[in-house]
Amino acid sequence: MDMTRRELLVKSGKFILLTSAAAIAWDHVLAGTPEASPNYDMTKHWWAMLIDPGKCIGCGNCVRACEAENDVPPGYFRTWIERYHIDDYHLEHPLVDSPNGGHDGFPDIYKDGGKTFFIPKLCNQCADSPCVQVCPVGATFVTPDGVVLVDEKYCLGCRYCIQACPYGCRFLNPKKNTADKCTLCYHRITQGLTTACCEACPTQARVLADLKNPKDPIHEFLRTHSVQVLKPHMATGAKVFYKDLDGSVR
Amino acid sequence: MGPLLPAVQGYMYPNEIELQWSILIVLYPFITGLVAGAFILASLERVFKVEEVKPTYRLALLTALAFLLVAPLPLQLHLGHPERSFEMYLTPHRSSAMAMFGFVYLWYLTVVLLMEIWLDFRKDIVVRAELSRGVARWIYRVLTLGSRNLSPAALRVDDKVGYFITLIGIPSAFLLHGYVGFIFGSVKANPWWSSPLMPVVFIFSAMVSGIAAVLLLYMLTSKLRRTPIDMRCVDTIARYLLYAFVIDFSLEMLDLVQRIYEADESLRALDFMVHTRLYFSQVILQIFLGTLLPIALLGLMQLWKLRDGARKAVYAVAGSLTLVGIFAMRWNVVIGGQLFSKSFLGYTSYKMAFATREGLLTAIVLTLLPLVILYGLVKLLPPWPKREAAV
Repeated sequence: MDMTRRELLVKSGKFILLTSAAAIAWDHVLAGTPEASPNYDMTKHWWAMLIDPGKCIGCGNCVRACEAENDVPPGYFRTWIERYHIDDYHLEHPLVDSPNGGHDGFPDIYKDGGKTFFIPKLCNQCADSPCVQVCPVGATFVTPDGVVLVDEKYCLGCRYCIQACPYGCRFLNPKKNTADKCTLCYHRITQGLTTACCEACPTQARVLADLKNPKDPIHEFLRTHSVQVLKPHMATGAKVFYKDLDGSVR
Repeated sequence: MGPLLPAVQGYMYPNEIELQWSILIVLYPFITGLVAGAFILASLERVFKVEEVKPTYRLALLTALAFLLVAPLPLQLHLGHPERSFEMYLTPHRSSAMAMFGFVYLWYLTVVLLMEIWLDFRKDIVVRAELSRGVARWIYRVLTLGSRNLSPAALRVDDKVGYFITLIGIPSAFLLHGYVGFIFGSVKANPWWSSPLMPVVFIFSAMVSGIAAVLLLYMLTSKLRRTPIDMRCVDTIARYLLYAFVIDFSLEMLDLVQRIYEADESLRALDFMVHTRLYFSQVILQIFLGTLLPIALLGLMQLWKLRDGARKAVYAVAGSLTLVGIFAMRWNVVIGGQLFSKSFLGYTSYKMAFATREGLLTAIVLTLLPLVILYGLVKLLPPWPKREAAV
């Protein structure tokens, strides 16, 4: 076949462009249509959570509810509770424990002075999430309504995201061999329910919030209270807000 | 699983207790570093005209190829879903350092190493395709890729293109291993990794390990082939090893001094770790035995001119210690970076399994595999100069 160099370049250019187009089209076919949730419009929500450590009693209800709702394997945690104990002289070096993630509550071990309080933890649903940034295949992503999710059918199990999370919120699910984390009970909140942990909390120490809903009480709360996110210097756009967070919390 | 539960001291976030990246991920930067270093040594002769190292030129290229072919294996074995790894090429996530590494790797393998080796050996391949018989004849015929023109003009083209590829190859080798450094250095959540110096330290440590490996392999293969070791060659390699090592060590110390002087929130935790759980691998193995001792030995060889036999022995010891030191450095980066909590309040430990997918046995096999591949490559494409090959 006679072909000039120009023809060869044009043909190979077309070939490369067309195969990429076909690959993109094929991806769309494979992805199928997203699971429909009637009356739920992703673009009308921006999910967050408010946590009031002053109300947390360390009962472990949230950890147990999460485990039951989401089939969390034993020894791993989508949410957990930490107990901080600080005396006047060691403000920067608190004593922290979280026996079995606070799943079974906390034994009373601090009798002497100093302050003791509980900090519930979960994925911060970061808007600029380092775990999303590093995933080599885009298996972990932020949904349009602000929740960080993992596509377990796509995750390679490389664990780069686990290394990248500054808060220790991710783990490798030993059954699925893929990254696992709090989904903010996405299957519930898209149906108009709250998360399992919020529902189980007896003191309302944790409350689901929708920043795009002008009627959500969070707006009033954020205007009138002192709130903080964990590790703000990490600049991850964390959306779990803590009321009056003690400076010793890591 | 019971006996493998790590010992925790202080407070770890509950999901942090188990280490995510095992000894296989230690091997990955170690092996990739050998590739980049060996290639840079080869380029000394080709581009920078350091004629003394010529006897190692082709051996260095084949060494780089043998190790590069094995480099993805530890990653592949480590994945929770190895069968999905190809997705990194089909649907790469552009903001991910790890995804882009796949392309850097492919570029380096196909455009740089395979092309350069083929061009450099093309004449030998064509000659062997004519002279050998049976299966070997067919293998060499396939390897010619149909290009059998050995006219002086054609060989000149080979040489020119080869030179050009080496020119591209040097920054590519820097990119290959600098990029591995970036995979760690860009993790802002981890203060032990997060440093803009990480890619640079990785490049220089790669040069150190690759040069040491080729030095050892050259001396070993010369011994096995009962050919005299070219002392001018090993003296020169040892000198370059010393230069690269001094720069590498200075950079690592710069990083350390900066950390100690800045003394940010992570220092207490990291300092404690280096003095306890990492003491043996960091202070003893990496710094004293694996860096200061070989630098001292190589430095002394610049001042004293010992007998050839003694020099060879010193180079062999210094080269071996260097490889131990660089392996310890990779260990301290990868494993060390996971031993402390991101809360800076506690420490876990790494319990290595033996005969498991990510165990010690697998690591040993993966370390030896490149040498087996190299043996095959050397049989297929002997890298020795003509007159010696005939011996």
